[in-house]
Amino acid sequence: MPKDGGIGASSKRREDVRFLTGKGRYTDDINVNGQAYAYFLRSDVAHGKINSVDTSAASAMEGVVGILTGADFEGVGGLPCGWQVTDRHGQPMQEPAHPVLAQGKVRHVGDPIAMVVAESLEQARSAAEAIELDIEELPAVMDMKAALADGATKVHDDLTSNLCYDWGFVEENREAVDEAIKGAHHVTTLELVNNRLVANPMEPRVAVGDYNAATDDSTLYTTSQNPHVIRLLMGAFVLGIPEHKLRVIAPDVGGGFGSKIYHYAEEAACTFAAKQLGRPVKWTSSRSEAFMSDAHGRDHVTKIELAMDAEGNFLAIRTDTHANMGAYLSTFAPSIPTWLHGTLMAGNYKTPLIYVNVKAVFTNTVPVDAYRGAGRPEATFQLERVIDKAAREMGIDPVELRRKNFITEFPYATPVAVEYDTGDYHATMDKLEEIIDRPGFAARRAESEANGKLRGLGINCYIEACGIAPSNLVGQLGARAGLYESATVRVNATGGVVVMTGSHSHGQGHETSFPQVIADMIGIDESQVEIVHGDTANAPMGMGTYGSRSIAVGGSAMVRAAEKVINKAKKIAAHLMEASEGDIELKDGQFTVAGTDKSVAWGDVTLAAYVPHNYPLEEIEPGLEETAFYDPANFTYPAGAYACEVEVDPETGKVEIQSFAATDDFGNIINPMIVDGQVHGGLAQGIGQALLENCAYDENGQLLSGSYMDYAMPRADDVPFYQVDHSCQTPCTHNPLGVKGCGEAGAIGSPPSVVNAVVDALQSAGHDVTHIDMPLTPARVWSAMNGG
Amino acid sequence: MYEFDLERPTRVEDAVKLLSDSVESQPLGGGQTLIPTLKQRLASPERLVSLTGIDSMKGVFTDRGGTLRIGGATTHAEVAAKAAYPGLSELAANIGDPAVRNRGTIGGSLANNDPAACYPAAVLALNATIGTNAREIAADDFFQGMFTTALEEGEIITNVTFPAVRTANYQKFLQPASRFALVGVFVAKHDDGVRVAVTGASNDGVFRWSAAEEALNGDFSPDAVAGLDVPDGDMISDLHGSGAYRAHLVKVLTGRAVAAA
Repeated sequence: MPKDGGIGASSKRREDVRFLTGKGRYTDDINVNGQAYAYFLRSDVAHGKINSVDTSAASAMEGVVGILTGADFEGVGGLPCGWQVTDRHGQPMQEPAHPVLAQGKVRHVGDPIAMVVAESLEQARSAAEAIELDIEELPAVMDMKAALADGATKVHDDLTSNLCYDWGFVEENREAVDEAIKGAHHVTTLELVNNRLVANPMEPRVAVGDYNAATDDSTLYTTSQNPHVIRLLMGAFVLGIPEHKLRVIAPDVGGGFGSKIYHYAEEAACTFAAKQLGRPVKWTSSRSEAFMSDAHGRDHVTKIELAMDAEGNFLAIRTDTHANMGAYLSTFAPSIPTWLHGTLMAGNYKTPLIYVNVKAVFTNTVPVDAYRGAGRPEATFQLERVIDKAAREMGIDPVELRRKNFITEFPYATPVAVEYDTGDYHATMDKLEEIIDRPGFAARRAESEANGKLRGLGINCYIEACGIAPSNLVGQLGARAGLYESATVRVNATGGVVVMTGSHSHGQGHETSFPQVIADMIGIDESQVEIVHGDTANAPMGMGTYGSRSIAVGGSAMVRAAEKVINKAKKIAAHLMEASEGDIELKDGQFTVAGTDKSVAWGDVTLAAYVPHNYPLEEIEPGLEETAFYDPANFTYPAGAYACEVEVDPETGKVEIQSFAATDDFGNIINPMIVDGQVHGGLAQGIGQALLENCAYDENGQLLSGSYMDYAMPRADDVPFYQVDHSCQTPCTHNPLGVKGCGEAGAIGSPPSVVNAVVDALQSAGHDVTHIDMPLTPARVWSAMNGG
Repeated sequence: MYEFDLERPTRVEDAVKLLSDSVESQPLGGGQTLIPTLKQRLASPERLVSLTGIDSMKGVFTDRGGTLRIGGATTHAEVAAKAAYPGLSELAANIGDPAVRNRGTIGGSLANNDPAACYPAAVLALNATIGTNAREIAADDFFQGMFTTALEEGEIITNVTFPAVRTANYQKFLQPASRFALVGVFVAKHDDGVRVAVTGASNDGVFRWSAAEEALNGDFSPDAVAGLDVPDGDMISDLHGSGAYRAHLVKVLTGRAVAAA
């Protein structure tokens, strides 16, 4: 029986009422009295030396309040990078300065040069057109391998080269891996590109800076996934504002997918300008600006080798990846191709030896950082593609080859430094094979053939690591931040509960799912619980939402705080019922004394906490409010098996997805409907990467896909009705809810399914095609079928 | 966008007068190209003269002989709903999305002559006549390369007349991002012969594939074009497909249009 409330119930998303009726309050809906509007003049060349920026004529134009350039920011800090990677020789990565507005050079199309603030946006734009720029164009550094050649043009003149770092993992395994590959029965090699993507949340970025001269308080309203992190980075590293004088508010946020984790130049510029100019300053990104200023995702070029014995047992994996950092280091960029990528190269398989080499490279492109999955899709894609290729080369069924190598005993320590706590990969694969009717595929393929189409089936696994932790470990790995989460559980006198969480909801449905947990713990209705988030003035210092961490880390912090509240409430109840605290039980909103018929209601206890007339004041304080900070012991490891069936039109190369099935083990599940939705969204983005999306530059660094005219987002008719199953559940062993996280799985697991399926379809017609780089557009598939 | 004045005349004469006086003016149909251009500040007319208030330029009319006349300011949505004419209502129904179809007009599309627009292929293959405030222009004379037409400054497309046709079909292969035609082929079989018009493929804009027309005049079947070579010298080559791929699609889509016609 489906539950009608609490953990496990598909409670309807309460936030959707305001989102779907136009009552959301997004950053662009916020207008501060007296505000002026900012427009950023951005570089239209990829690389150039700034000889001069003359704002004199522009400053005199109608409506102009002020114009800031790089020179105005010389006294403040640059945008900080939150992760320092150490290279394979023990040296720290090369870390270039990242000024708020360009100083000396412009380094990508879209690099901000000047900020014009005027009474209206149109006036600001007109004044920006009147700024006289003298920029001497330099050769653009675009190709990663060429960027590392001797004598290559440097993106940053003060660095020794365009190499950010050369990372080896696990460096001690290097020689053993080389030996194992040399002596192996068979080695399958695959070279591939993981295509650059633009996150494209529905809501573009917005920042509103406000400054109160009377109190010296600054406020930033921003489209952020983690307002506390922005407060810390911008306050401490850029503008020098102490946290008690800086409030960051991220109200309703219309999607992020990673792109709204980072601290961006426009946030600092609006906050800074508000104080300098004495006016609140608002900036709203256009979609075109978003393409050239939001952090991009992926952009890896990889060679992977998989060594096997004669039976197909995996012996070793060696990978060589070039990862594009773009022109500057975005907030968490260095961690993506390293600790979020190398650590996942074992996948679901017991490969004893793995060596991952990653060279991170600066180029004259928009900075690259985490995008839904962040490193884990790149790891999964290469691994699951090379296994498929290996299966063909070895003549082993691709599912059997995977099963043969599955990890089956937990906990399992991989050779790439992580320990999987739990999982059951055969179970998700069994379920998948049942759902997709694998034996019926031959008949379906024959039917497609009769219609002139080639049918292919792609199956793969994935593993994800969510809720990156613990803080002391990630600190050793170079993180310059903690990775705990916080929650305050405040119980009101009449029994209602408000949870203030450091997690941020920008589409994930926390306002629905978090109350389900509290409702279950206390035994009250979900409607009695409210979630507050997104404002540093209200919520305790939290780290925000990314990496599928919210329920696993933020939810656990909330549980810990609620446990403290319940323990205190039990003390009060014991006093009220004149019983021993150890005998008090809480169930269905009633405190009872074990073995008696005494009871007192939740509301009576909460009232007593705030009207402490009959209350043990000498033992406990009045009130009922507790805060907890939760730092996880380990990552969580969701895993699953995905299958995609496609039809390829052999005449045009067009791929149509016929079916897509996903079986995921997310551990315990709070709200199955929300989990379904998260998987659906992830699958749409993974299918988007596989078939449609491609952020492309020309050789001069001009963005070719700078709008929806050329950047193909998945539309409803590009994706099938999904078959999603999460009945296989191995609960996480180290967090109180036994949950794992589900936000990124779909985007991680699905690209290889699609490509495996297309390659299978082409092979079925005798085409000697072993790989096609994403996106598999009709033109690329046709070209592959016709000799490349 | 820059500031501009907006006029919304209700008679063709008034629109023509506004477009020919000393104020720098631009006609505005549904605005599906012009408005984004203005938003990007890539054009700065002093005045826009909207044509959508002119009732005499709207509507879809069919006479008993099968001739179809469409007012220049008629939206794609109205053509999709009312054009009882082979190939045309399907073509209109697959332009853009509902918002585009409820704003964009046939006259605007033809005057703009985007190399990937759908209507030019239909007009050229169907041997339509473009009626303006001043004259009538045959389709073969109207299209003069991408974004270029026979229209004079200030000349307005008031209607488009499509002669009766035996059978016709349009095959559109979508550019995955914009969903304009990566290649679109309109095949029309008239009493006096077959016409094949191709959009989306060429740097010269819409064109007639004469070799296919000749072959189909002899044998109106997909096989008739299978052995032909498509000239690929002037084919567009971009992020979404090479010239060779577009040339290949021209042949495939022509065959499919013939089969479906």
